[in-house]
Amino acid sequence: MDEMTYAPATGALAWTWALIALPALGAAILLLAGRRADKWGHLLGTATVGAAFALALALFASLSGLDNKSVHMDLFTIISVGEVQIDASLFLDPLSAIFCLLITGVGFLIHVYAIGYMSHDAGRRRFFAYFNLFVAAMLVLVLGGNYFMTFIGWEGVGLASYLLIAFWQLKPAAATAGKKAFLANRVADVGFLLALFTMLGTLGTVDFAGVFNGAESLTTGTSLALGLLLLVAACGKSGQWPFQTWLPDAMEGPTPVSALIHAATMVTAGVYLIARSNVIFSLNADVQTAVVVVGALTLLFGSIVGCAKDDIKRVLAWSTVSQIGYMFLAVGLGGGAYALGIIHLLAHGFFKAGLFLGSGSVMHAMNDQTDIRRFGGLWRVMPWTYATFAAGWVAIIGLFPFSGFFTKDPIIYAAFAREGWQGWVTGGAALLGAALTAFYMTRLFVLTFHGPRRWTEDVHPHESPAIMTGPLVVLGLGSLAAGGLMASPVTTWLTPVFGETHEAHGHLTHTQVTIAATAVVVLGAALAWFLFRRGTDEVPRAAAWPVRLARADLGGEAVNRGVLERPSRFAAGAAVSIDARGVDGVVNGLSAAVGGTSRRLLALQTGFVRSYALSILSGAVIVVAALMVVVIQ
Amino acid sequence: MSPEYYLILAAALFCIGAVGVLVRRNSIVVFMCVELMLNAGNLTLVTFARTTGTIDGQVMAFFVMAVAAAEVVVGLAIIMSIYRSRRSASVDDANLLKA
Repeated sequence: MDEMTYAPATGALAWTWALIALPALGAAILLLAGRRADKWGHLLGTATVGAAFALALALFASLSGLDNKSVHMDLFTIISVGEVQIDASLFLDPLSAIFCLLITGVGFLIHVYAIGYMSHDAGRRRFFAYFNLFVAAMLVLVLGGNYFMTFIGWEGVGLASYLLIAFWQLKPAAATAGKKAFLANRVADVGFLLALFTMLGTLGTVDFAGVFNGAESLTTGTSLALGLLLLVAACGKSGQWPFQTWLPDAMEGPTPVSALIHAATMVTAGVYLIARSNVIFSLNADVQTAVVVVGALTLLFGSIVGCAKDDIKRVLAWSTVSQIGYMFLAVGLGGGAYALGIIHLLAHGFFKAGLFLGSGSVMHAMNDQTDIRRFGGLWRVMPWTYATFAAGWVAIIGLFPFSGFFTKDPIIYAAFAREGWQGWVTGGAALLGAALTAFYMTRLFVLTFHGPRRWTEDVHPHESPAIMTGPLVVLGLGSLAAGGLMASPVTTWLTPVFGETHEAHGHLTHTQVTIAATAVVVLGAALAWFLFRRGTDEVPRAAAWPVRLARADLGGEAVNRGVLERPSRFAAGAAVSIDARGVDGVVNGLSAAVGGTSRRLLALQTGFVRSYALSILSGAVIVVAALMVVVIQ
Repeated sequence: MSPEYYLILAAALFCIGAVGVLVRRNSIVVFMCVELMLNAGNLTLVTFARTTGTIDGQVMAFFVMAVAAAEVVVGLAIIMSIYRSRRSASVDDANLLKA
């Protein structure tokens, strides 16, 4: 890749900082104003993100007019120690610009939706404050001008995610899920921190240009370590194997949170990190293989578990895990596939946000039930939700001519293009994943909207208000068309970031892949439609071991319990007993000894003046006697 | 005249005072015994002033008298107030410091 140079920020681009400042200001006002802002807080929160979206559009427009699209600006110095100086700097290039559009655009729609969804919630102002905080942190993440700034945003979205998952903090499941997400993210963040230290130790800088231009000089070992550490960080944030378990649990939060954070934006931060660090990842084939393995494994993992779940949000959550697996697969393949991963990410942002908001609308209608076994026949009652959900459904399974077809098929093709037997394995995994995706999404769709009504007695479904269906319609249209419209312009747009790419030719041709993919998708969808067109049992039936395994998250929870929970419980128990017996024993023993001695000495205090006088006299006699002995000698 | 007699007298007075303080219960008597000890000290000071031919000891004796006079005023007042509150002048009854 060519030497990377920065362009100065001029004109409208000098206002990039305001993109972050707007939602940050909104969050600050909403949090500080307290109850006074209850009446208008949600409007302010939505307006700041809307303004940020307008600004992002303006920045996008002015960036497209530049020759060198790597705009960099320093705001102030954060750390200055010896030769290391870390600035609060911003970096706007085609990659971050497109992320800004996704975050503020989809974010704005979800904010609008949340006005309706949270209208009966007492904590709505707090909700919008956290929502704005999240948008601000995510913008810091993608706009940060060095890895340190990215890390600040990285931690910020982790915090916002924790606050929002545990938003209904009085519900024990939500509080636990929030803590779980936070802990899983923390563990992975250690990888990011170690990567930062590695950069400082070897290159002496965390600046993007400094790291990328110096990356060539790194030893193989260092670049391998750096790539793997960044991969660990990315896996944690994106819910990839082996950190996948926190993401489905995160569905305990309000549905707009699931849509914004755990589907459309935050979980894609891992993909962003790998795409941003493409120079580092391209250095070492082993690291790329690791990314591909993680991606392929996770996309199968997520889609298998997705087939066995009965909770509408959890199915979508596992499908998020699986779709991000596709993105990891794409960015791991490297070369031209980087852009494919980003395009799939953008398309996924649309249809997954639409699907999640649609599921929120369904839950709204069904008294917050999430069990798809108790839905059915909703298409007649909720036409708007039904239509937009259908748009998301055809988009995610990748039917021609909808979004997923244009974004997922190229990834499958690129997976087949890997050399030798690996190409067959990764391509096969991607193809199998597509079939499974078609199966579980169709199952979800049919059980929710078609077939007999299996409602519990006290529900009376109704369509959601316009403020909720409006964003659904926009996202639905985006789901249908975005992939086809974006595929080729976005590839061109991202060329400055990933360099000129040469399309690899693999085991199968484009036509063969397209036919194969469409065939498995139609097959999977048809099978699901055939099996579930009459509904399903209202309680889970005893099933063979593969189904039981999938229902238990393929042992993910069991591994967590065995490998993480048991040992740490044991360690905590041991620490408590050492503390109680050892440390407390010494301290308590010492105080007991002092107390006992002084209690015995207490007997000397008789309270009789005459006995005190006697002791004074005896003391004086002893002193005088001692003096006389000394003097006489 | 040799000073030994005076010193022996002073020692005897001091011992009488000290024993009185230790064995008597009536606070007035204890107080008088304290005075006895102070004056035994005075006698010693004056004796040594006489033998050395300086007036340092005599001056110090004056100081002791002045302080003793002040002490009597304060001490008697304390004894008075204890007697008023407790209807007793016994030093053994004033045992608030007992553990």
